[in-house]
Amino acid sequence: MSTEQTELTQTPLLKIWVPWAGGSTNQRRGSSRPQFTNSPTMIVMVGLPARGKTYISKKLTRYLNWIGVPTQVFNLGQYRREAVKSYKNYEFFRPDNEEAMNIRRACALNALKDIANYFAKEQGQVAVFDATNTTRERRGVIISFAKEKGYKVFFIESICDDPEIIEANIMEVKVSSPDYENCDKEEALEDFLKRIECYKTTYVSLDDESDRHLSYIKIFNVGSRYLVNRVQDHIQSRIVYYLMNIHVTPRSIYLSRHGESELNLLGRIGGDSGLSSQGKKYASTLSEFIRDQAIKDLKVWTSHMKRTIQTAEALGVAYEQWKALNEIDAGVCEEMTYEEIQENYPEEFAMRDQDKYRYRYPKGESYEDLVHRLEPVIMELERQENVLVICHQAVMRCLLAYFLDKSADELPYLKCPLHTVLRLTPVAYGCKIEPFYLNIKAVNTHREKPVNVDVTRMPEEALRTVPEHF
Amino acid sequence: MSGMDDDIEPCGPTPSRELTQNPLKKIWMPCKNGLPERHIFQRKVCMTNCPTLIVTVGLPARGKTYISKKLTRYLNWIGVPTKEFNVGQYRRECVKIYKSFEFFRPDNEEGLKIRKQCASAALNDVRQYLTEEGGQVAVFDATNTTRERRETINRFAEQNGFKVFFVESVCEDPDVIAENIVQVKLGSPDYTHCNTEQAVEDFMKRIKCYENSYQPLDEVLDRELSFIKIIDVGRRYLVNQVQDHIQSRIVYYLMNIHITPRSIYLCRHGESELNVRGRIGGDSGLTARGKEFARCLGQFMHKQGISDLKVWTSQMKRTIQTAEALGVPYEQWKALNEIDAGVCEELMYEEIQQRYPLEFALRDQDKYRYRYPKGESYEDLVQRLEPVIMELERQENVLVICHQAVMRCLLAYFLDKTAEELPYLKCPLHSVLKLTPVAYGCKVERISLKVEAVNTHRERPENVDVTRQPEEALLTVPAHH
Repeated sequence: MSTEQTELTQTPLLKIWVPWAGGSTNQRRGSSRPQFTNSPTMIVMVGLPARGKTYISKKLTRYLNWIGVPTQVFNLGQYRREAVKSYKNYEFFRPDNEEAMNIRRACALNALKDIANYFAKEQGQVAVFDATNTTRERRGVIISFAKEKGYKVFFIESICDDPEIIEANIMEVKVSSPDYENCDKEEALEDFLKRIECYKTTYVSLDDESDRHLSYIKIFNVGSRYLVNRVQDHIQSRIVYYLMNIHVTPRSIYLSRHGESELNLLGRIGGDSGLSSQGKKYASTLSEFIRDQAIKDLKVWTSHMKRTIQTAEALGVAYEQWKALNEIDAGVCEEMTYEEIQENYPEEFAMRDQDKYRYRYPKGESYEDLVHRLEPVIMELERQENVLVICHQAVMRCLLAYFLDKSADELPYLKCPLHTVLRLTPVAYGCKIEPFYLNIKAVNTHREKPVNVDVTRMPEEALRTVPEHF
Repeated sequence: MSGMDDDIEPCGPTPSRELTQNPLKKIWMPCKNGLPERHIFQRKVCMTNCPTLIVTVGLPARGKTYISKKLTRYLNWIGVPTKEFNVGQYRRECVKIYKSFEFFRPDNEEGLKIRKQCASAALNDVRQYLTEEGGQVAVFDATNTTRERRETINRFAEQNGFKVFFVESVCEDPDVIAENIVQVKLGSPDYTHCNTEQAVEDFMKRIKCYENSYQPLDEVLDRELSFIKIIDVGRRYLVNQVQDHIQSRIVYYLMNIHITPRSIYLCRHGESELNVRGRIGGDSGLTARGKEFARCLGQFMHKQGISDLKVWTSQMKRTIQTAEALGVPYEQWKALNEIDAGVCEELMYEEIQQRYPLEFALRDQDKYRYRYPKGESYEDLVQRLEPVIMELERQENVLVICHQAVMRCLLAYFLDKTAEELPYLKCPLHSVLKLTPVAYGCKVERISLKVEAVNTHRERPENVDVTRQPEEALLTVPAHH
C-alpha cells in the first residue's frame, strides 16, 4: 500500500480533485461517480401480454438514463417483427406452432447477444429484456446466460387479472401496434385476446419456493401490492423504490419558469431578484390560465427563490417551496452577464460551451449536479397527480429532459422560454407535450451553443449567441 | 401529501403580496406591513396531512423493537416528529415484578386483562402525542398478533383520523431468534434475577404462548390494510397498499437496513490551511500536521484489518488528500461537502462578527435552522445527507472522511441526537469515531490519532442577543493564527 503524498489537481471541467503524478492521471483511485453496482445488470420482465411490461421497461429505462446509469431496452417483439416481416394473426403464438417457436427462440438468443454486446462494447450498465419470459425454461436460459457472463439478474413480474385494465392497455398501445396496421380496433382487440390465451397455458409465475434464490419484484394489479425478493445491491434497491412510486392514474404536470425577473432584463444569470413588471403581468395571467384549466386538486411547487414565489403568490392558492428546485448555482459567475463571464473567465466560458452538461461553475454546480439534486423532486412528481412546478431555466430543462427522454447532450439546450407553460400528459409509452405561450412579452434568455468552442476563440465568437438585454 | 394545513383554502387572484425574507432561514414569505403572514409553505419533510400510526406485528424476538427504535430515530432525524410506544414498558410499569412466562399464557385471565389495559393506556398516550403534542408519527410497538387486536387499533385510528401502517416481522430461523434473545432479552429488566439459561428457557416458553393465536397479516384477508411484511430479516418483503409519501419512505428505509455486523468509521479531513488560520469553509489543502494525520489514519485503518472496507470522501480537496494517503480506492460524494457558508465562506469568526453581527447572533440563537446568506443551514445539510445515510445503511464496513458540520449530522443520526444538540456535537480534528451497532443502539469508540491539530469547536456563547457586545460574541471562538 502506497503512502506517498500525491499532489492533487482540479479537473477543469468537472472541478473534481484528482491526484496529479507528473501529468498522468492513470493512478486514479477516487471515483467521482457513485458506484451503483459493480457488474452489469439484466432486468428481465415477466408477464402475460398487456400487463404493462413495455410501459415499465421504457419508463424505468428513461429514469435510469436520466440519473446517469446507461440503460437500454431490448424488446423481443421488435426482434420478432424484424424476423417475420408481416404479422398474420394470433396463430403465430400458439404453443404448438413449432416453426414460430423456433423463430421466437432465435430472436431471444439474438437479443441476448445484443445485450452482451451492449455491456461489453457500449459501456452499458443495465439492459432491460422486455419479453413475456413466462416459462421457467426461458428464464432458466436467461439465468445461465447471465451467470456465464457475470451479469446480475433482476426480474420484474407484472401480474394483473382485472379485465378492464387489460382491455384499456390493449386499446392504448396494442391496437396501434405495427402488428395491427391493417385491422380495425375490434379485430385487433379480438386477435390480441386470443394471443394472450396462447401464453396462459404455459405461464408459470415466479414462485415463492422454487424461485426463492432469485432477485425479483412482483407487481400486483398496477401497484396495489408488491412482493420483493432478495434485493442484491443499490441499483436494484433504487429500481424497487422507483417502481413502487409510479402509477398510471391520468394526470397532467405543468412546468413553467418564474415570471421575467429584474436580473433577466439586465442579462444577468442567477441571483435572487424579484419580478419585473412584465413578470408580474405573467404571474396574474398564469393565474387566469390555471383557473381556466380547471384542474382537480392541483399542487403548486416553487423553489426557495423570490421570483418563483412571487409568481406563485399571484395564483392565490397554497404552494410548497422546495430548495431542490433552486436555479443552478453559478458559483463565482453569479449575477454576471455573459459578457462579464467572457471577460473574467474566458477559459471557463469556453469549457462550458464544450460540455455544458458536465461543466461545473467554479464554486458552483453543473447540470449533472442539478439532475442529482432534482431526483427526489422527480420521485415525488411520480407519486403525485396534478402538479404545477414553477421553477427556473436550467431546472426546467432537467425536468423536461426526464419526461421527454432527452440525452445529456440535448438537455442543456432545451428551449424553455419565459412566460410559457408546458403541459405534460402521459400517453401510451411516453408524454404528450403542449406549450402554452401566455402572450406576455419577455426577454429571451436562451443562449445557443456557439460555433467556436475553443479556448483560443475571439470574444466576439464566444458572445455571438448571447441573447439581447439591457 | 404536502405540508398543507386543512384550513387553508384556495382563493381567487389577489394582488401579489409583498415578500420578505425570514432572517433566520432566509425563506421568502408574504408579509403585511413588514410582518410575515401566517400562510407560509415551505418544503418540509411533512409529507402527510394526517398523523400516521405505525403498528408492529410479530411474535416476540422478531426484531419489532429494533425496527421501531431505528425507524423512529430515522424519521426524527429527517424532521418528522416521531415517538415509539412500547407496550412491554407499560406492562412493566403495571406489574412491578415479572415472575415467569405464565403471565403470558393465553388462559391467564388476569394477565390478559392487565395486558389489554396496558395497550389501551399506550394508545391513549399515542392519541395525546399525535393530537396535542405535535407528533406526526407514532410507532405502536407490541406483538399485535391477533386480527382482533389489530381491528381494535384500526377502529381507534379511524376515530381519531390517523392513518395506519402495519410493519410485520416474520422469521422462523432459530439462529436469528436465539441471537435476538441473547442480544436484547437477557438484559431486559424482566430477567435481572435470572441466569442466562433460565432466561432463555423462560423466553422460549413465552414465545410459545403467542404462537397458537398468531394470525399473520394475510394477502387476501387483509388486502385493504396498508402494510409491509418483512420476512427472514429482509430477504423478502410483501408490501400492500402504500397510501402516501411517508409510508413510501418508510418502506424504502426498511428495505435498505440490515443487521449484518459491521462498523462505520467517521472522521474529518486532516487539519487544513484554513483551519489553522481560523477561517471557515473554503477548499484548502492539508497542513503538514494534516498530512501526518492522513498517514496515521492509513496505518490505523490497515491495522483494523477490515475486508471490503469502503472509503468515502467529499469532493473537497482536504478530504481527498486525506483519502489519498490510505492508498485504497475511494468514492467522492458531493453530498458530503461541508456546509456552504455563503457570504461567510473563508471568513474568520471575528470577521463575521464585524461584517454580519446580526447574522452571527441569529446563528447562535438557532444554530440548527440558521441558514447563511446565500448558503445552507444544518437543516439543509440533513436533507442533503439523507441519501448518504440510506447508502450507509445498505453498506457494511465504511470509512467516511468528511467535515465538521457534516460529521455532526451523521453522528446525530447514529446516536439519536436532537436538532438542538446536533450543531454542538464535538467532532475534533484528528480523531476517528468507530460506530458499531449493538442491541438497540450504537457503540461509540473515540480514537484520537495523537497528531496535534487546532480546535475548531465554537461553543454557544452565553449572550446570543443581537444587542450583545462583540467580545461577548467572540468569547467562545477557539484560538488560531
